[in-house]
Parts: sequence; C-alpha cells; structure tokens
Amino acid sequence: MTRQTRPAAGTPLSRVDGRLKVTGQAAYAAEHDAHGAVRGVAHGVIVTSTVGRGRITGIDTRAAAGQRGVLKVISHVNAPELPYRPWRGVPDPARGERLRVFQDDRVRFFGQPVAVVVAETLEIAWHAASLVRVSYDAGRPATDLASPAGEPNESENYTRGNVDQALRQAHVRLDRTYRLQREHHNPMETHATIARWDGDRLTVWDKTQIVLNTRAGLAADFGIPEASVRVISPFVGGAFGSALRCWPHVTIAALAAREVRRPVKVALTRKQMYTGTGFRPVTEYKITLGADQRGRLTATVHDIRAETSTYEDYREGLGDVGRMTHATPNVRLTYRTVPLDINTPTWMRGPGPATAAYAIESAMDELAYELGMDPIELRMRNEPDRDPSTGVPFSTRRLRECFRVGSRTVGWDRRNPRPRTNRDGNWLIGTGVAVATYHTARAAAQALARLHADGTATVQCGTSDMGPGTYTSMTQVAADAIGLQVPRVRFQLGDSSMPPSPPHGGSMTMASVGSAVQDTCDKLRRQAIALAVQDPRSPLHGTTPDDVTVANGRLHLRDNPARGETYQQLLARNNRTYLEARGGYTPGDEVERFSTHAYGAVFAQVAVDEHLGLVRVRQVHGVYDAGRIINPKLADSQAIGGMVGGIGMALLEHTITDPRDGRIVNANMADYLVPTNADIPNVSAIYLGGDDRTADPIGVKGLGEVVIVGVAPAIANAVFHATGRRVRDLPITIESLLGG
Amino acid sequence: MHPFAYTKPADTRSALVAGARGGRYIAGGTTLVDLMRETVERPGTLVDISGLPLRDVRTGERRELRIGALARMSDVAAHPRVRSAYPVVSQALELSASAQLRNMATIGGNIMQRTRCTYFRDVSAACNKRQRGSGCAALEGYNRSHAILGTSDACVATHPSDLAVALAALDTVVHLLGPDGERSLTLTEFLLRPGSTPDREHDLRPGELITALEIPPHPQPLRSGYLKVRDRQSYEFALTSAAVVLHITGGVIRDARVAAGGVGTVPWRLTAVERRLVGARPSDRLWAQAAAEASHGARPLRHNGFKTELLERTVERQLRTVGGTP
Repeated sequence: MTRQTRPAAGTPLSRVDGRLKVTGQAAYAAEHDAHGAVRGVAHGVIVTSTVGRGRITGIDTRAAAGQRGVLKVISHVNAPELPYRPWRGVPDPARGERLRVFQDDRVRFFGQPVAVVVAETLEIAWHAASLVRVSYDAGRPATDLASPAGEPNESENYTRGNVDQALRQAHVRLDRTYRLQREHHNPMETHATIARWDGDRLTVWDKTQIVLNTRAGLAADFGIPEASVRVISPFVGGAFGSALRCWPHVTIAALAAREVRRPVKVALTRKQMYTGTGFRPVTEYKITLGADQRGRLTATVHDIRAETSTYEDYREGLGDVGRMTHATPNVRLTYRTVPLDINTPTWMRGPGPATAAYAIESAMDELAYELGMDPIELRMRNEPDRDPSTGVPFSTRRLRECFRVGSRTVGWDRRNPRPRTNRDGNWLIGTGVAVATYHTARAAAQALARLHADGTATVQCGTSDMGPGTYTSMTQVAADAIGLQVPRVRFQLGDSSMPPSPPHGGSMTMASVGSAVQDTCDKLRRQAIALAVQDPRSPLHGTTPDDVTVANGRLHLRDNPARGETYQQLLARNNRTYLEARGGYTPGDEVERFSTHAYGAVFAQVAVDEHLGLVRVRQVHGVYDAGRIINPKLADSQAIGGMVGGIGMALLEHTITDPRDGRIVNANMADYLVPTNADIPNVSAIYLGGDDRTADPIGVKGLGEVVIVGVAPAIANAVFHATGRRVRDLPITIESLLGG
Repeated sequence: MHPFAYTKPADTRSALVAGARGGRYIAGGTTLVDLMRETVERPGTLVDISGLPLRDVRTGERRELRIGALARMSDVAAHPRVRSAYPVVSQALELSASAQLRNMATIGGNIMQRTRCTYFRDVSAACNKRQRGSGCAALEGYNRSHAILGTSDACVATHPSDLAVALAALDTVVHLLGPDGERSLTLTEFLLRPGSTPDREHDLRPGELITALEIPPHPQPLRSGYLKVRDRQSYEFALTSAAVVLHITGGVIRDARVAAGGVGTVPWRLTAVERRLVGARPSDRLWAQAAAEASHGARPLRHNGFKTELLERTVERQLRTVGGTP
C-alpha cells in the first residue's frame, strides 16, 4: 500500500547539505586542493597599490623573486597582453570597461592589483609579496561625491505628470536630503579562485554566484571559446552580491597558472576584499514630497546621486521605489552617477530599493508628523490600485494585509505617536515602520533530471547556493514533482557544464530555477508514467496517464492506489539504467502585463540612551507578501539574515575612506562593524503565504532582497519616535545623537 | 609574515636567556601574530613562554591579589576573589574582545597589546610608533577612535586595553624579571605616553619579562564597576570607558579612584575627578560636577571631538551606577 505523503515543498526541511557544512566536508573555493580535486597547486598573493591615483614608475621585484620557492612575480612589466575580448556579463555595468589586470601602469584606485607573487607555499608567497617595492607618480584621488574625478555621467531621468504645478498646489511640501555611506558585503567566506590549465582548456574553482558568468568572463579575457572553460563552485559561504561578477583576481589566478604552468590558487585577504570586489555605493538622495490635506501624495521629486568608478558606470534600481511604491500622479526622478577614483561598486543585497527606501520611507514618516497622521494610515491612503509607473495591474499586492497583521502583532494601536513619551530607565523607547518592496525578477533557466534504476533521482542546474538553501529548496520541488521522498533526490549545482541558470541573485533563483526544476521533473515523471502505461507487463498498462500519480517512488492509479508499481520495477523490467528529462522555464509576457513585486511591512522598536548616544534595537518584525514559501525554515534564515543586514545598515556599517590617498581605513572585521549576536534582539518574520501563479509557475515572488529593504528606515523612524531627533545620515552613530 | 625562529623554553631562566638575546616573548599570541601577518611586527625569534609557571591567581598575606602574567583573561574574569572584591576587573575583562580571544589571551599580554590605530596596523601608512620619524597619518587622517588625552604631535593612538583601565584605577603594580633581577613599578609608570618617542610604549628593559600584576589591598567596603561605551554591544574597542572604584563609609566618599579608557594614549587616571569626590557625599549633583572635570586638558581631533562630552557623560553615568544616589 502506498502511504499518503505530504508534499515536501512547504515543510521546514533542514538543509540537505547542513551535515557536509558543519563537518567540514563541503568544499569551498579555496579548499578544492585540500579536498583532492586539484593537485600541485601553487599560491598566488596579490600586491595592491598603495596610492589612489597615478602611474606606476617602477616595480622592484628582486627581493621577492630571490626568495626560495618563489616561482614568478607578474606585473604589467612582464605580463603578456591579454586579448580581453569585448564582453559584458549580465551583472556588469552597462557602460564602461572592466578592469584589465597588469595591462598598463595606471592606478585607478587604492588597492588595485599591481602584481602577483606565485610561490610554492602560501607563506612564501605572502612574505615575498611584502618584499615587492612599487614606486608611483601619485596624485590626490577623488573620493567624495562633492568633488568628482571627471564629468558626471549622463543622468537617468523619469517624469510623469506635472510635478511643478502639483507642488505649487500642495497642502504640505517637504524637502529633505538623506545620505547613505558605502557598505561592503563582508561574507564569511573570502573570495578565492583556483585555476588549472590543461593545454588550452581552463578549469576554475571559484567563489561565484554564477558559474556561467565566470566562464564567459575568463573566455573573453583570454580569447578562448567558452566551451574551453569549466567553472566549478559547489559551495559559497555567503556573498550577498559580492560574487556576481568575474573579478580581477579570478583573471589573475588564471593568468598566473598559465605563466607558471601549474594550478594556482589566489585567495583574497579580508582587507583585499574591500577593493578586490564591489560594494554598495555612497548615495545621496534628495526628495521632495507634496501632499494634500488628507495625506495623499500629489507629487514627488527624487534627485539621486551615487558614486561609481572612473572606468565603469555602475547603476542599480535606485529609481524603482520612487516610481512605483506609493500612488502619486506626478513624479520626477533624476539618477546621476559620479565617477571617483575608486573600484566599481556592485550589487549588494536589495540593491537600489534598500537605499531608496531609506530616503522615501524616512520622508514618509516625516510627512506623517507634518500632517499629524499615523504613519501606517499615511501609507494606506497612498496605496495604488495599479502600478503607478506602468498602469498595469499587480499580479498580487497585499501590503495592506502586511500592515494589518504587523499592527496586530506589535500592538500598534496602543502606540502614543508623540515622540519622547515612552521611557524605560535610561532608555527612551520608540517604534517605527516602513514599507519594503522589491521587484520580482525572473529569467530563463534550464534543468536536467535523471531517474535512476535504484529509484533515486539526480537533478542538475548550474545555479548557486550562496546561503538561501538552493540545494534544499530545489530538492523539495524536485521530490514533489518526481514523486519521491526527499532523501532519494539529489540536487546538484555550481558547475558550468550543467544546464544554464540566471545569476543567483536579485531574488530570482526560486522563481526561475525552481520553475525550471519543476518543469523538468514533471516531464521526468510523465515520461515514466508514459513508459508504464505503454508497457504490457506493467500493472498500469492501458490506463490513462492523467489518472496515474506517483508517491514515494510508486506509480499508481489515483483512484485505485493498489494498482501500480515502483520506479525500480518499471526501470528494471524495461532494462533502463535511467530515464532522463530536460526542461526549463522562460518568463512570458506576464512580466509586462503584470507588476510583480514582493512586499513587506517592517516594524522596529529601539531603545535610545540619549545621554550616551546609544541605540539598541529591541525588536524587528517584518510581515512579507512574498508569494509561496517553499521552505519556512530557510525563509526564516533568509529573512532574519536580511533584517540583521538592515540593522547593520541603520546603525553600524560604514566603509571609511581616507580622502588623502583613497585608502580604506577600516578594511577589517574589527573596524568595519557588523552586528554581533548581542546586537540582534527579537527579530521575526511573518509570511502571508499564498501563491502568485501569475508571477511564475511555482508561485514565489522572491524573498532574499525584500527582507533587507525597509529595515533601516523603520529603525531611523523609531529613533525619531524615541528621541524627537531625525537623523538623515546612515549609519546613526553615537555622535549623531549626542549634543543638543 | 617575515620568517622567524621559534623556541619554547622549559623554564623561566631559559626564557630570560632567550629574551636577553633579542627574542620576542609570545604567550596567547592574539596581538602579536595578527601584527606579524600584517608585517607590522617582524620578530627574528619568538620565545614561547606559554609553558612557564606564571598562571596562578592568589591572595597574599596583605590581602593583595597577585595575578600571574600568564593567567588567561577568561580565568581571571571568572576568579571568585576577582569577582567579589574587584568587579571592575571582571567587568573590564568580560567586555573585552570575544570569548575565544579571552580564552587565549593572557593578562601580561593584555597590558602589552598594541594600539588599534588603523595607520599603525597598515605598513603602507606613515606611523611614528611603527617607525620613528616617519610621521603620523592619523593626526590629519581618520581619527574617530583616537585619543584626546596624553597625545603628542607624534602620536594620537589610544591604548586599547579595557583591563589596563581597571588596573590603573586600582594602582596595580607590575612585577618584572630580567637579566638584572626583579623590579616592580606601577602600571601607570610602566605604560609610557608617546611624547616624541611613541615607539617606546613601556618601561620594559631588554629581555625583561612580566611575571605578575599585583592589585594592592584596598580599604573595605569597596564598590567598583566598569562602563564601556561603543557602537555595538560586543567585540569592539571602547570609544570611551570608565573604571570607578569608591570606598564609602558613613555616607562619605573616603577614597575614589577613577580611570578612563578609549580616550588616552595610556589608561587615564582622572585625578581631578577623584579630588572632587573624596570627602563629599554621594549625590547626582556631585556625580555631574566631578564628571565635568573628566575631559580636562583634552585635545580633540577632527573626528573625535564628540569624545570630550561622551567621556564626561560616561564618567557621570558610572559614578552614579557605582556610587548610587542616596
């Protein structure tokens, strides 16, 4: 008899790779030599520039090269010219050219790679790298938005309605400027690459959120066919966007390996992570809100400036929130980037909306106080029926419900809106809210599934798992579609030889890869059913495929579970070692016909010790309309992680540059502050659940990004409620709350 | 990391011999190894003293507390006598570093730890402490965490230890053993202000070894406590801190010892604050008046001007916490 099974999707399954991770058996990028995947590895250590702008006038490598065990010192002086075929990866900025390693004497930012020392051991390479003497003809770099390194880049403009007229007629008008400092991802695992050449073929073990991008990038850099490059990345120890691009050190590893004719590993130090990968850019967001007496927004103006490098124009979705979150007939938005002598910023969790929401949701809170209106009520009065930027309907938008549930959870009705009214000893207590939105991105993905004769299945897609639990959630989707128990399904990822996947970022993996996996596994199940109903020896022979279902690896008639057989029986009798199916997902016109976003209402409670300038977060609760939740345990892990990131953004995180030479002065985990466990209080996420099948076949709207959006403004608004003091620069530090 | 030789002497005598030959002592290694990785420290020989019998914490005949130089931070923090008699010491220790570091780091190493000044720790920046005469990048650089007291034009780096602040308040004595025998001096004498020689951080002669720290007996009852103000709640060096030790009888403060951290180039005794307190009766007004003396002589820099006010507030808060309000 077949036992009735519960679908795997929707259950709080623990990570299928959890045991591997906690027992050290999961091989991360820098560990593949230790795990035996690649032998004879030499070690490359990068020497970085100690000026922020200028030219290299000399490199003295004699002392380094003279060390026993040093194989080679490579710099622009002796590096071969690399083809650097024109190429732009999906995560690359639309304008500009990627940094080319060791191709000229120009220094574009402090910390730029200027040489690599390759040696037999890491220790020798490190020591020799410290002996390389580089001289420069250096100038003072531009590192501040106020004094760019060149002409500002062309601005991105958006207008609807007649803003000026609406502002003239507005009952209330509010003009504010908010600033956010640079933030670095700081994943636990530092970036690393091992490269090995076999003739003209290149194999790379890399930390990446998209193996295909690294493959294409390396192929372009070295002028070889993509098919000659294989990129392997089974485990990623956190990335938050830092591993989306093919960074210079990846090319350096491959170049070094080619030069010394041996596999070479290049691992960035924590310090090198600050200039060797990207970051969330410094952004200044000027906002004007016009509203009528009843609190309806009549016009908004968004004037945004953000930093970028001199060689690439990095832009993110900074305009998204201003265009679509609140109903506003008249909107003007300008987004400029300012070139500076820095390395290129990049995607960092919630890119765009996380920054924009801080400005907009803080300004909305200020407007609520101007109007004497409850801040949630203000949002509710500006809830649009359709997407205000495109006029198309929402696939789903349940923000009102998010606020209803959240208000009930935190007891919002009991809140005295007046600032400074709640005290607990030395602490002033305040609460604040903010809206979170993030666009549901979807992209084409493919998968391959095999059902083996032993009744197990493997499913593959060249995606990544930087921490959300892709291995686990895909296993759940696959298990349900094939009709197997979770332990009998193995999901594989992180290899460019697997079916293609979009970037593992932008909260699109579950929607895109999940839909592809489901399609592929549906096909595999139907293939097995077809085989059974056509097989005269099968108990299911002659039945209608649609009447057959599979559970626990046993095919049977839906109406008569006793009539059926197992996958093993079916495959054995047909002499098949496996059945195989390929499938995929391609987003259709629903992407244009509907506006699809994940939404959230974020509630924060803070305590402020005014005398000492301390802010301590006491509670953060997020209520999310993110569509279907495939695994609530993983979702919590995602959501709490995102909220912790938001707490860091609000109160701690800040990359500090010395303007004299462009040096990052806090490029380590003692001085770049992220929240510790002690900083994280009662944090919880509530999901409305449901299912948005208009968004994508598996009904999810993406979760990883939306959960960091809105946290910082909710905290800043809570600080205002506690103290009556509005801080418009993040992070909110002790000095910003002292005095007065 | 530069190549180095390593030796682990079996007894104190051999350690002293190795030290006299120019070896650098290493115990927990939580500061030294970090700095070696950054090539800030380039010792030719490391003399591992972690096996020497200098771990005891014991009470002497005069009720003084003698803490072996190799006692671990975590052991001292948890020691029953330390907890009961000198909460200021336990608290300073437990608010330091992380649990893992406290399990490794020793008391002697703690007071020897070097500054967190970012320019000191970056060999590509100018630093008089690292290389005398090379200049001070912090003076006109990013100096939010730097000192406002005891600074010079050559150096504005803070002494990073919390424990040393508590020990300075308690008039702790440092016991040294060297090629010329034993000597003792107070912690305040032992740690040197930068002046024009910021590379000289201690009055430690070549080959000398810290054997113990001794907290002298104090009048009873003694109240004490440590307050550390920082951006996050754990694992961060102090922006400001205050160690307060009070002896109050008959409603009058008979003895007061107050020291500040995060603000000085060395742990900073606030003698002006102490003078205000002694002989007075606890009151909110007294705490405020006394704390107002805390920043006397402060020289704020571009990014740390807030520390002047924050120091006074930190001291005031901790005076009230320890001294109470009648």
